Amino acid sequence: MEPSLASYLALSGILFTIGAAGVIFKRNALGMFMCIELMLNAVNLTFVAFSRYYADVTGQLFVFMVMSVAAAEAAVGLGIIIAFFRNRVSVDVDDASILKN
Amino acid sequence: MATNALFFLFAGLAIASAISMVYHKNPLYSAISLVGVFIALSCVYITLAAPFIAAVQVLIYAGAIMVLVVFVIMLLNLDDDQPLNRLKYLYIVGAGLGLVLLVQTLFVFYAVLRAPKQAVATNETVGKTLSIGANMYTMYLLPVEIVGVLLLMAIIGAVILVRRLSQPELENVVDDELTRRDEEDDIGDFRISI
Repeated sequence: MEPSLASYLALSGILFTIGAAGVIFKRNALGMFMCIELMLNAVNLTFVAFSRYYADVTGQLFVFMVMSVAAAEAAVGLGIIIAFFRNRVSVDVDDASILKN
Repeated sequence: MATNALFFLFAGLAIASAISMVYHKNPLYSAISLVGVFIALSCVYITLAAPFIAAVQVLIYAGAIMVLVVFVIMLLNLDDDQPLNRLKYLYIVGAGLGLVLLVQTLFVFYAVLRAPKQAVATNETVGKTLSIGANMYTMYLLPVEIVGVLLLMAIIGAVILVRRLSQPELENVVDDELTRRDEEDDIGDFRISI
């Protein structure tokens, strides 16, 4: 007996919620970045689960697209973090307040 | 039955690693926990009969992206995350929004319980590398090309973002930041007090 579709969707929902909570709780830009990766993975899981249960390969292809976007995001996001660290000697998002005053 | 047991084993592992990622203050521990989530998820993909996606998950996420993240953590030599000491009056608003999120989650669970228990269609070739590759270069050629352009843009953007300032300019920036922090210490950190 296989696990039902609902189990996979529930797992995905739990992981997405943990990722969203992490983005809110973390102050470290790298920690927030990792939580966003976790949320992308949770969405990938729903894609693969629906692809399995409707026997359609489209879902798995879009997982591939999401992975490419995540790789592009990693390159640009880590570039921004390094540039920010060079200017502010910190990766705390609270220090990114140059536009505040 | 075996699939069921494996699914719950790796689902539990994924959730535990995800909680550990959010819990740890040290970014390196978070990164290693996230690798645990990725590997557990790749095992979950195998229970969904998607071996290609499982392999790509380990190669791209646990391999490429996390190596990049760990490299940046080592490069920046980060301290532990500080505890939250800002915006205490927003906790009540946060509790209200959390309640709304909980209600939404319960609604989603109700909707999810009506999902089909078993696969509505079975096709053994779905998930094999052959069918993914064949579809990628016939039906979904345009999205693949767009992703290629996106990756090129990301490469150019990353190179432009991290290009090095000339050394005197960099020292000026660091000096300015350090004097700004000293001034803030003198007048007290008003960002926290309001």
